[in-house]
Amino acid sequence: MSADDVWIVGAAMTPFGRFADKDLIDLASEATLAALYDADADMGDIDVLAMGNVYEANSHNGQRLQKQVGQTGIPVFNVVNACATGATAVRVAMMSIRAGESDTGLAVGVERMGKMGMLGGGYKKPGPKQFVPAGRYGSVVKTEGLLGTNLMPGVFAQAGTEYALRHGVTQEQFAKVAQKNHAHSTLNPLAQYQKEFSLEEVLAAEVISWPNTLPMCCPTGDGAAAVVLVSDAKLRTLDPDVRRRAVKISASVMTSDPYVDGGQVQPDVNTLTRMAADAAYEQAGIGPDGLDLVELHDCFATAELLHYDNLRLCEPGGAGDFIDSGAPWRDGRLPVNVSGGLLSKGHPLGATGIANIYEVATHLRGEAGDRQVAGAKVGLTHVIGLASACAVHILEARPAA
Amino acid sequence: MAHQVPAVDYLVLDDGEPHLQAWACSACGAMYFDRRNACARCFSTEFSRRPLATEGVVRAVTRVERGAKQPFTSVVVDLVDGGTVKANLTGVDHPGAVGPALKVRLRTFVADVDDDGVEAVAFRFEPALEQA
Repeated sequence: MSADDVWIVGAAMTPFGRFADKDLIDLASEATLAALYDADADMGDIDVLAMGNVYEANSHNGQRLQKQVGQTGIPVFNVVNACATGATAVRVAMMSIRAGESDTGLAVGVERMGKMGMLGGGYKKPGPKQFVPAGRYGSVVKTEGLLGTNLMPGVFAQAGTEYALRHGVTQEQFAKVAQKNHAHSTLNPLAQYQKEFSLEEVLAAEVISWPNTLPMCCPTGDGAAAVVLVSDAKLRTLDPDVRRRAVKISASVMTSDPYVDGGQVQPDVNTLTRMAADAAYEQAGIGPDGLDLVELHDCFATAELLHYDNLRLCEPGGAGDFIDSGAPWRDGRLPVNVSGGLLSKGHPLGATGIANIYEVATHLRGEAGDRQVAGAKVGLTHVIGLASACAVHILEARPAA
Repeated sequence: MAHQVPAVDYLVLDDGEPHLQAWACSACGAMYFDRRNACARCFSTEFSRRPLATEGVVRAVTRVERGAKQPFTSVVVDLVDGGTVKANLTGVDHPGAVGPALKVRLRTFVADVDDDGVEAVAFRFEPALEQA
C-alpha cells in the first residue's frame, strides 16, 4: 500500500430498468444514500462531489442532488463524457483526492432514458425542401441511411464485422456473447432483464443491425450508481469493518481517440481501449493473467468480442476462440460481465461506468451472492463512449490484516 | 436535364467521372472529408484538395434492419491509393456474403429532389465487375 492509494469504501447501485415514477434525482439520491450507508458515512463526511449524467447534463444535477441529500458547500463537478460519464465522475473524485484537496469523495452516475429508441438519430428540418449545403460536409440531404449508417447499432456492428473479416469470426460466435450475458443476468436481481435465451433464440431474433439481433443490443433504461472514495490516510482512521471491506483502485486510466486513418469515418473503438488497458496494467503492476473477473462495455455483442482482444484477455485475433472456449462464462477461466453486462443488466449511460465498479467491488468483497465469482481478488472495469472516451479501472480486494 | 448538386460537398460531379475528394494535410497527408480547422494528426493548418479513386475494398459491413425506412447495407471502404469512406452497398443480397477484401466501385444516383426540382446526387458502392 502507498500513501497515494485511493480506496472504495462505499458502493451501491439502484436496480436498472424503467421507472416512470422516479425522476433523475430520485434515482441519484437512492444510489447516493445507499453508498453512504455502505461506507458508514453521511454527506457531512464528503469533501467533493462528482456527478455524471448525459441527457440532462445542463441541469446542474450535482447541486440538485445536494438539495435532496445534503448541502454542505463542497465543490461539485458535473461531468459528461458519453458512455464513460460515470467512470469520468469517479476519476474526477479520485483526482481531487490524489491532488490532496479532498480526503473523501463521492462519485454518482445517473441516467433516465426510458424507452427512447436507438441513439444517434437525426431530426427532420421544418419548412420547404430546398437543397442548401450545410454543416462540415456540405450536406444537402440527411445522410443517415443514404451514405451508410452512423447510428450506434450500425457503428458497433461494423466494428464487429471489421474484426470478423480480418479474423474469421462468425455471427454465431457474436451471438454466444449475448447468450452468456443474458444467462448471467438471471443471477443478478438488479439487472433490467433476467431472462435466459438459447443460442438459437438469439440468432433467430429480429435483426437490428446485422450481425446483431435484438438480444445482442443493450436496452435503454433508468438507473444510478455511486461510490464513496477515500485517501489512504483517511482509510486508516475509519472503523475496522469499513477498512476490511475497502477495495483499492490499483489503476485508473482514461483515454480518448488518437488519430488513426479512417477514424473520423468509422469510429475506432479499439485503439483507445488498448491504450487504456495497457496503461492500466502497467499502473497496477498486474497483467490480464492476474484478473479474476472483468466487467467490460458490451453495448452490443460485437463490442464485447472486440474487447476480449483489446483488453488482452485472449490471444491476438483469438476472440472467437475465447468465447467458444467458455472462458468468459461465470464458471470459466476469466468471467466477463457476470452482472449480465450492458446487454442484460442495462445501460443507463451516466450510471454504467460506476455500476461496473460496484459489480467488481461487490465480488472482491465476497458479497455477490448467487453470482459470486469464488475467491475473486482482482477485477477490471472498462467503458467506452463515442466518440470517444475510454476508462479502465483495476480494483483489488484489501489484503486481510 | 435537371440541375444537380452533390449530396455532400466531397462528391465531385463536374470534373470528369464522378469521384470523391478529400482535404489532404499539406504536411502529413492525412485525409478528411469535412471542413477543417487543423490536422488532427500533425496539427498543421494547410490543406489541399485531393481526388480519390472510385474503387476500393470493403473493410466492414452491416445491414440496418430497424430504424430505417428501408433496410440497407452499410459498408466502410478503403479506397485504392488511400482514403476511407462510408456508404451504402448494393448488389449483395446478404451482408454475410461479403467476404474479406471484396472489391467495390463507386456509383452515383439521384437520391432526392427538392421543391425547386433540383436533384441531389449521392454515391454508393457495388461489387466491382470482375466479381459481380
